[in-house]
Amino acid sequence: MNNWIISGASVLGGEPADIFVRDGVIADSAPDSAQRLDATGLIALPGLVDLHTHLREPGREDAETVETGSRAAALGGYTAVCAMANTDPVADTAGVVEQVWRLGKDAGLVDVQPIGAVTVGLAGERLAELGAMATSAARVRVFSDDGHCVHDPVLMRRALEYVKAFDGVIAQHAEEPRLTVGAQMNEGDTSARLGLAGWPAVAEEAIIARDVLLAGHVNSRLHICHVSTAGSVELIRWAKSKGWRVTAEVTPHHLLLTDDLVEGYDPVFR
Amino acid sequence: MIEHLLSSSDLDLETATLVLDTAAEMAAVSGREVKKLPTLRGRTVVNLFYEDSTRTRISFEAAAKRLSADVINFAAKGSSVSKGESLKDTALTLQAMGADAVVIRHPASGAPHRLAGWIDGSVVNAGDGTHEHPTQALLDAYTMRSRLGRLEGLRVALVGDVLHSRVARSNVWLLRTLGAEVTLVAPPTLLPVGVDSWPVQVSYDLDSVLPKLDVVMMLRVQRERMNASFFPSVREYSRRYGLDAARMGALPEHAIVMHPGPMIRGMEISPEVADSTRSTIVEQVANGVSVRMAVLYLMLGGMA
Repeated sequence: MNNWIISGASVLGGEPADIFVRDGVIADSAPDSAQRLDATGLIALPGLVDLHTHLREPGREDAETVETGSRAAALGGYTAVCAMANTDPVADTAGVVEQVWRLGKDAGLVDVQPIGAVTVGLAGERLAELGAMATSAARVRVFSDDGHCVHDPVLMRRALEYVKAFDGVIAQHAEEPRLTVGAQMNEGDTSARLGLAGWPAVAEEAIIARDVLLAGHVNSRLHICHVSTAGSVELIRWAKSKGWRVTAEVTPHHLLLTDDLVEGYDPVFR
Repeated sequence: MIEHLLSSSDLDLETATLVLDTAAEMAAVSGREVKKLPTLRGRTVVNLFYEDSTRTRISFEAAAKRLSADVINFAAKGSSVSKGESLKDTALTLQAMGADAVVIRHPASGAPHRLAGWIDGSVVNAGDGTHEHPTQALLDAYTMRSRLGRLEGLRVALVGDVLHSRVARSNVWLLRTLGAEVTLVAPPTLLPVGVDSWPVQVSYDLDSVLPKLDVVMMLRVQRERMNASFFPSVREYSRRYGLDAARMGALPEHAIVMHPGPMIRGMEISPEVADSTRSTIVEQVANGVSVRMAVLYLMLGGMA
């Protein structure tokens, strides 16, 4: 019995309408013996996809597991999540990405799509076996060292080129590491006054500028994780205007929180 | 009177002046044969030092003892901290032992702010990371006032590594409150990014600034900065931003030379300048005790 009439929801933010579900699938007419669900005042959207989650399993099950992350995702209206590779062990082999993929299947709440590491152990020194991860049961297509920047330009170029063989994409954590040694917050008036080592916008933008040029040069797909500066947006807009295959994401906290929250030195706001 | 002293910007003109006036009274006590007041008898002051420091710790210790407080010195090295205890747990332990005031020196900016949120007693920032060192600024202001008779309108230059200097930050805010005009002199690499919004003038050229000054305060350049591309070489730094006898000669007759210590002779200051009669370096140390007595007195004195 998985027949529903969801009534009164604003579909995609438009006029309220009834949505029919027959055997768990959206249908064009009311199914027999359907249960009615009053959704007046709510907005109906298709299942959302979160490209950037940390499910922490394997290794940090005390913080999150594939199952708890799946639950949170389902409650928030997400039907698919991509799990970043900075687990322990790192998701840099077919074995680990398959483990995460299976845990997602077992939880059975949302599609859990593992992301594979670009470099072995996220160390930024040599490529992980991207092809093995791509052809594994997990069918990895997105690769990222998130948490670390693939800062070596040659390695980044090779990664972008290599994943073209299986229509992959490199998701870059854009942070020039030498410009952010000890950095604790956005560099500006507030960091200067608080005496906290600043993280300059250029540390993000310099990598994005380099990588969109690389992606354009080798005609590959680049995704930029958690974009946080206006300059980055301009660079990405420029790259798109060239027809290069560049996408980007942004986080709620980068949109909504500002430097002044750090005034009390509460590390939550770092 | 004062609950905590975390930043020199916590002090308005009235309170800052009260601290300086009180320090002058304390200095009179330090000149007596029996250098002791009974004011803080039965009160406990903890010196909580996570960084090596000789002059500041001893200065606070002397200040508390001259006010008859019980002093507990807690150095992180060789203590429960080296066994992995967190700042918060250490703070709660000290609280349980009845600390009325905690004087904290910590390598992380903001540690005193956090501490003040965890304990009931007063917190004095004795230097946190690259943030502030407010009692140093107070003793500097005290020294300027006692040498030059006023603070309002004084032209003061802070020269050197402003970027990493907690002394510079505390001096900028306090001198602003007290009505002095501050100029920061440093190579552009040693100035913070937000400095345009500070209530100061900025110059890259020490020689052009010297003839207009009442006070020149030299800041130490820490050893670990010397090979980190902030400037090409110690020699070039010293040539452009060091205070030697020739540069001292360019100062107005009455101008004084200050240094918060420890100084590196031959780097930011030459030996003949450091030892000249214009130098207040030793005086600053003596004044430090008086100012810290004043701060502890105004924090704890009224509540006994």
